Amino acid sequence: MYTFLREMADSWAMLLIFLFFLGVVIWAFRPGSRKMHEELARLPLRDDDVLIEDTGEK
Amino acid sequence: MQHGIKAAVLGLIVFLAMIATNFGRDLAYQFHAILIILAAGYLFIREIGKIGDPVKPAETGYMDGVIRAGVIATTFWGLIGFSVGIWIAFQLVFPAMNLGELLKGYGNFGRLRPIHTSAVIFAFGGNALIATSFYVVQRTSAARLWGGNLAWFVFWGYQLFILMAASGYLLGSTQSREYAEPEWYVDIWLTIVWLAYLAVFLGTLFKRKEPHIYVANWFFLAFIITVALLHVVNNMAVPVSIFGSKSVSLFSGVQDAMVQWWYGHNAVGFFLTAGFLGMMYYFVPKQAERPVYSYKLSIIHFWALIFLYIWAGPHHLHYTALPDWAQTLGMVMSIMLWMPSWGGMINGLMTLSGAWDKLRTDPVLRIMVVSIGFYGMSTFEGPMMAIKAVNSLSHYTDWTIGHVHSGALGWNGMITFGALYFLTPRLWGREALYSLRLVSWHFWLATIGIVLYASAMWVSGIMEGLMWREVDAQGFLVNSFADTVEAKFSLYIIRGTGGILYLTGACIMAYNLWKTAKGAGQAVTKAVPAE
Repeated sequence: MYTFLREMADSWAMLLIFLFFLGVVIWAFRPGSRKMHEELARLPLRDDDVLIEDTGEK
Repeated sequence: MQHGIKAAVLGLIVFLAMIATNFGRDLAYQFHAILIILAAGYLFIREIGKIGDPVKPAETGYMDGVIRAGVIATTFWGLIGFSVGIWIAFQLVFPAMNLGELLKGYGNFGRLRPIHTSAVIFAFGGNALIATSFYVVQRTSAARLWGGNLAWFVFWGYQLFILMAASGYLLGSTQSREYAEPEWYVDIWLTIVWLAYLAVFLGTLFKRKEPHIYVANWFFLAFIITVALLHVVNNMAVPVSIFGSKSVSLFSGVQDAMVQWWYGHNAVGFFLTAGFLGMMYYFVPKQAERPVYSYKLSIIHFWALIFLYIWAGPHHLHYTALPDWAQTLGMVMSIMLWMPSWGGMINGLMTLSGAWDKLRTDPVLRIMVVSIGFYGMSTFEGPMMAIKAVNSLSHYTDWTIGHVHSGALGWNGMITFGALYFLTPRLWGREALYSLRLVSWHFWLATIGIVLYASAMWVSGIMEGLMWREVDAQGFLVNSFADTVEAKFSLYIIRGTGGILYLTGACIMAYNLWKTAKGAGQAVTKAVPAE
């Protein structure tokens, strides 16, 4: 059991994690992400003392 | 009806706690049972009184009451934790401060030290994390906290956990796992509170009005989930009796040590790093009024940090019975952590680009920048100390303590102070802080205090390490242990003095925040909802 888990950990599992990370990097740099990231970066900067609740009436 | 059910459940808890008090096998267990009787009894009477009350309309707007309570608790526990730290620092210099005659050993270093570490990490840091995460997740999701009074349960449940942990250490209830000393029933209670915390946080994210989740929330979420996982695995133990506080770990030997330090280092990585990076990613842009330097960098360094930190634990077990490959793995992962750590530092510091001039006029921003500076410094030092050759000198010496404190006082402490200065005027509806001059005083006292502390511990640690390994021509050790203790005397006094400066700064902050909340010298700008 130990040997099997060890084998998995330093072969397929490591590859999987690495590929996932690579995917994240590619996803972050994909074309068209710039606009979204700029908006997101500005998200905390708006004035936010009061919460306007969606009353669901409209 | 709802109040009736609640009262019945609380009554049952009081009853069970009374049984536990009666059959309890040790003092700590009985004391905790009485604490539970008092807490549940108080709530029981309150619920009884509410039976038949008309149903109150649901409150709207941001839920800030629990965050105000969190700001107060953070400040309070900070002062307690720093004070105990100074006390035990001077115990190491003047043994008379054990007060053995008076306290009969209850005030010894061994009992007070976990109170200090738990008070600063979990009481001060934990309350700061809960309060700021509740604030940030509401603002960046444009939604009120999910779960109604569940947030209050998280707050008070966490304070009960702190009280039980601290009183337990004093009365001798400890499972001797570093930063995880509380015994089994306290661990179970914390698990319940923590899952409620996760539910409130996730629930708020689910009902957010924003299309995306802001990066600070990613860090907070990683912190909450990972700490839950670490806490449960590290505390797997079998109680000796249901009526006693003693338990036995499920692991033994080197596996036990590895689980302990897998937990221990990730407490640093996810509690003290990821959680506080969440703070940084909100409060630094707010205070500087600039967007985060690079949002892409924040995504990449987040995932790199998450993937790497979890492997770094073995560097606490260099040259032990731990298999060599595991030690090397821990070392390599620790060195790789340089990248994501400095990614975070660069992102935080560069957020100020175009706003550096604000450092001249805004002492709160100065505190935040120094905090990020210490983050960068201690995350440089840490990987270096994880290298086996360096570790053979630094391990078990004061260098480690110095490293921890430049991270804890510099990074965690200062970013929390910055967040408290940011939050207090807003939460109590004030125009500005009571006094910026006092913030400046706090800044200098704290910074000089940390510098004294860290440099004294560097000198002391390296000296101690060199003295331990020094051998004469025949291969005999030159120094006895007591020789190193004597050599460190003056450095320990410098360390304690640094601590006093840091505490003085924190007292000034508490006064400043108190005056701000009371609205000294300024008009109220907006109504604070009564909660």
